[in-house]
Amino acid sequence: MDTLWFCLLALMLSTYVVLDGFDFGVGMLHLFVARSRAERRQVLRAVGPVWDGNEVWLIALGGTMLLAFPKLLATAFAGFYLPLMIMLWLLMFRALGIELRHQVEDRLWEQFWDVAFGLASFLLAVVVGAALGNVVRGVRLSEDGTFFAPLWTDFRAAGEIGILDWYTILFGEATAITLAHHGALWLTSRTDGDVFSRSLRVAASTWPLVVALGVAVVATTIVVQPNMRASLQARPWTAGFVFLAAGSIIAARKYRLRRSHGKAFLASCVYLYAMMAGGASWIFPFVLPGRESGAGLTASAAASPAPTLVVTLYWWVPGMLIALGYTAIVYRAMPAKFSIDDAAQH
Amino acid sequence: MQHPVGYVVGDDGNFELESLSALLTNPWALAEYAHTMVGATITGSLVMASIGAFYLLRDSSVAVARRFVSLAVVVGLVASIAAAMPTGDIQAKLVYLHQPVTFVAMEGHFHTTDRAGLVILGQPDMQAQRLDNPIELPGMLSFMTHGRWAGEVKGLSDFPTDEWPDNVPLLYYSYHIMAGLGTLFILVLAISALQLVRGKLWQSRGILWVLLLSLPFPFIANTAGWLTTELGRQPWLIYGLFRTADGYSEQVTPGSVWFTLLGFMGMYALLSVLYFFVTTRIIAAGPEPVGNAD
Repeated sequence: MDTLWFCLLALMLSTYVVLDGFDFGVGMLHLFVARSRAERRQVLRAVGPVWDGNEVWLIALGGTMLLAFPKLLATAFAGFYLPLMIMLWLLMFRALGIELRHQVEDRLWEQFWDVAFGLASFLLAVVVGAALGNVVRGVRLSEDGTFFAPLWTDFRAAGEIGILDWYTILFGEATAITLAHHGALWLTSRTDGDVFSRSLRVAASTWPLVVALGVAVVATTIVVQPNMRASLQARPWTAGFVFLAAGSIIAARKYRLRRSHGKAFLASCVYLYAMMAGGASWIFPFVLPGRESGAGLTASAAASPAPTLVVTLYWWVPGMLIALGYTAIVYRAMPAKFSIDDAAQH
Repeated sequence: MQHPVGYVVGDDGNFELESLSALLTNPWALAEYAHTMVGATITGSLVMASIGAFYLLRDSSVAVARRFVSLAVVVGLVASIAAAMPTGDIQAKLVYLHQPVTFVAMEGHFHTTDRAGLVILGQPDMQAQRLDNPIELPGMLSFMTHGRWAGEVKGLSDFPTDEWPDNVPLLYYSYHIMAGLGTLFILVLAISALQLVRGKLWQSRGILWVLLLSLPFPFIANTAGWLTTELGRQPWLIYGLFRTADGYSEQVTPGSVWFTLLGFMGMYALLSVLYFFVTTRIIAAGPEPVGNAD
């Protein structure tokens, strides 16, 4: 039962990264792929209907964690207190950028919020990436199973570790670049005109970086994460996620060169899912690995009592079906292309 | 957390969810939900009435402004009555039933009496354990809890002090500010509605001024109501089961909490300034001509 909930939680986290990931990416590229006021509006409209819905997955994730793994929530939210709060501020600032820029028709006002949106999107991608990096790397759990991570110490991924060290910064950078590529593919599939051609150039130039950083992250994880080798020996099939990731990122390039931009974006989604699934399967049975091999908070130790897990499943499944349903409706109801012309009407 | 239901205590002392239907039909949750929604409706109505009154007093956008005020006054009156009866009344009875010590602290009722009075004004004196300068409706508290004037209402001093809410005066004031403002809303909106029905509201500049100035008060009442529930829950995190003192994160240092508290204060200060700036611009610009409200 707790394994099932572990998979569901990993699935929700991955869905959050895939969905909010592309609007983070769009936010990062916003300043570069859109130059004129009309183009800026075109780009914002391409994420306008969905960005806040995408963020709801983060809230749903927190709720699911509370019902299925309350001990994980208690440990991780106290231990990652500072980065989570900083992430919250960035999310607020980013939302302000999107919502307030239309309120006043003034060049300086719009420029300020455009930069706020772009900067907050970039920093969020780095922070989310570094946070995921922390979970994969493991944290120093004390005797009673708690921890508190300082923001940084000496940047070595050993000893007295902080949130940021070379490994998690690498992880954060990889996330930022991967999401920029992901966001560029979203824009190529949903816009036309100059924004489209600039996004296409960004997708092409970031692709080699995505591959290089992806390889670097997987390779360094084997060094840094003490449980990964044991996991791979116990469950060799999880190595398949690496091949799936490699295949899908190559497919993303192939589809982009063939000008099937929708398929290229979907391939990038698969890439993110595969990377997340790989990470999750290598830390399992831990939900929060420790720094020594075999130490950490396991899914079964963190899980709610078994009757609660069963009762909440009846609650979770219909809830998620509704969420999936409206997500599908919103994405279908969106225009297939956002052009500069219909942006100018508003 | 105010009134936990649908759980059993497992062998290891953990709480296990037993009944989803009990959780979803928790009477406390339903009453609090209804009361909160009614509070939101009052807020919306008074904001609309206030902005409408502003345009009317300035003689701009009169047609739209009249529609604002008429709708807001009628809806607001219904909602503010519903805030007291039935939703507020049901909640107060639930507090009396399940959190009796919270109830008497809210009311500022220090000593057990028959014919307990309902306090309108007064300052709780925690040293002397009494209410200074009280103005009260005699017997009303007994009547509201028992349905008769002579029912005994236990006083705060008859409860063990370690079960008292941590900050009795703040709880007392929060509750009285909420209930007092709620009563004033009914009064103001009832007079406005009466004038509206008599067709005299548009000439009553005094009432329009009162509506205009009412803008901040629903926000204050909502905040005070929120404070009342949360202060009233103390010293418990989950009422009767888990104390707040046992529930905080020991790993998070006070220094870190100061860091985020100051950060949030800065963030909200910025938000308030921006909010004020943007909303005053929108209000000053006035409503767009009817029929072109795209």
